[in-house]
Amino acid sequence: MSANLKYSEEISPVNPAEGEAMLKVEDLVVCYGQSEIIHGLSFQAKPKETLAIMGRNGMGKTTLFKSLMGVIPSKGGKVSVAGKDISGLPSYKRVASGIAYVPQGRMIFPTLTVRENIETGLETNTNKTVPDEIYELFPVLWEMRGRKGGNLSGGQQQQLAIARALASNPKVLLLDEPTEGIQPSIIKDIARILNEIRRMRDITIIVSEQVLSFTLEIADRLLVIERGSFVHEDLRANVDAKKITAYLSV
Amino acid sequence: MQAFAGVSLFSVFVLMALGLAIIFGQMGVINMAHGEFLTIGAYSTVMMSMLAEKFMPEFLPYYFIFAILVAFVVAFSIGYLVEFLMIRHLYRRPLDTLLATWGLSLIMQQIFRSAFGAREVSATLPDWLMGSWQPVEGVDIPLNGLFVLGLTILLSLAVFIFLFKSRWGLKVRATTQNRLMAGAVGISTPMVDRVTFALGCGIAGVAGAAFTTIASTGPTSGSLYIVDTFLVVVFGGAGSLLGTFASAFSIAQAQSVMEFFMSGSMAKVLTLLAVIIILMIRPEGLFSVKVRK
Repeated sequence: MSANLKYSEEISPVNPAEGEAMLKVEDLVVCYGQSEIIHGLSFQAKPKETLAIMGRNGMGKTTLFKSLMGVIPSKGGKVSVAGKDISGLPSYKRVASGIAYVPQGRMIFPTLTVRENIETGLETNTNKTVPDEIYELFPVLWEMRGRKGGNLSGGQQQQLAIARALASNPKVLLLDEPTEGIQPSIIKDIARILNEIRRMRDITIIVSEQVLSFTLEIADRLLVIERGSFVHEDLRANVDAKKITAYLSV
Repeated sequence: MQAFAGVSLFSVFVLMALGLAIIFGQMGVINMAHGEFLTIGAYSTVMMSMLAEKFMPEFLPYYFIFAILVAFVVAFSIGYLVEFLMIRHLYRRPLDTLLATWGLSLIMQQIFRSAFGAREVSATLPDWLMGSWQPVEGVDIPLNGLFVLGLTILLSLAVFIFLFKSRWGLKVRATTQNRLMAGAVGISTPMVDRVTFALGCGIAGVAGAAFTTIASTGPTSGSLYIVDTFLVVVFGGAGSLLGTFASAFSIAQAQSVMEFFMSGSMAKVLTLLAVIIILMIRPEGLFSVKVRK
């Protein structure tokens, strides 16, 4: 780590002034063995809000998302969705509580067909057939529904991963670096789709990103994470692009 | 004739390998006690036959169909318990699972020996399973072989439909491919594991029922098959049902045809050599699905 990094004082955003928080994280601590990666993070997101968590590689974005989802255990703190405490639950019970996850690297099931991939997300639904709404959002997935997920392009796989997460009708959608390794024209598509999802559903979206232009298209609020702590917060309306770019540049 | 003896062997291999392949494919658990589940199925069948003989001899011609169901249910339930009590605590330790299941197989063998005696026992076969079918003069195809083959085909179809057409199958396949992600889309992976393990054991139980028609049952009957079955699974490519069939067929046929022309151990050596050479050329087994990873 270079020595000329500017560290501003740590901040703990607690803002959504009005209304109950949809996702509430309090003093979350995550460790890999003895090394602490996330140092007591606290933040919350309102219903229908899109919150972006920005930061360079290795700053704890993916670790944060994995622990929110219960894929890796957290050492301390509390996570709640719509007032319900989900900390300590296994992943599949968290999904039932209304949180869904689009992981970094997409992680679709490669030998399942596109339709089957989406169907895996229907576990918590009473209806086990893919709703039309999903194919309307992602027409390309309808065309490809009989193909194996592993044979799709990166951008299509990303859409598939989002569709699979949406299938569980989540209250909170976590997207971990959705633009990673995807060509610019598809990135625009994904931004458009995410905005459409917000219009169609009451959904809180938490997205981790390194690409500022994409983030500015979708997010209401931006948080910058640096070595497992938040160091900067801004609403989209008064974002200081220069400052955030400084945080993101290596 | 000798080719048909291979078909009976093929059937037992397929049934054993099916269970093992789903368990290994999904959980990465190498179940050394899988052979003992065959023995459980075989003993259940023998018990059923003894019960039928003792209490309702008029039921004897039909008991076998019923015995297959009992063999499945008994092996399924014991498999369910074993997963719950032992295997699930060892998922992150593959080598320990290997040792633990091997220990379990020894314990089970001793239980069989204490409960049923060291002598081999056999089920009384109903009359319709005896004798042979003569399609042309000079060719006798044993009826029990035909029956076991039919049973294998039916059961394989059922497993295939379960895995590829049912909701449970979808969950099993998702968990096989990416356990963490399956959990993160809402699938209860611990439950899927338990049912899969129990199902694999249940199929081995049916293999045991089939086994009673071609040989007699002793405490170590199942363990004789375990090495060959692993060979079938690895050779076919873990996770591929079609590969399991193809490899079970080729290994069973190769062994029994060669046994006819040379000694049994020579046949085994040649089969193993062939398998090793093919695995060097295709390390992922005969059939593996090709997609982007």
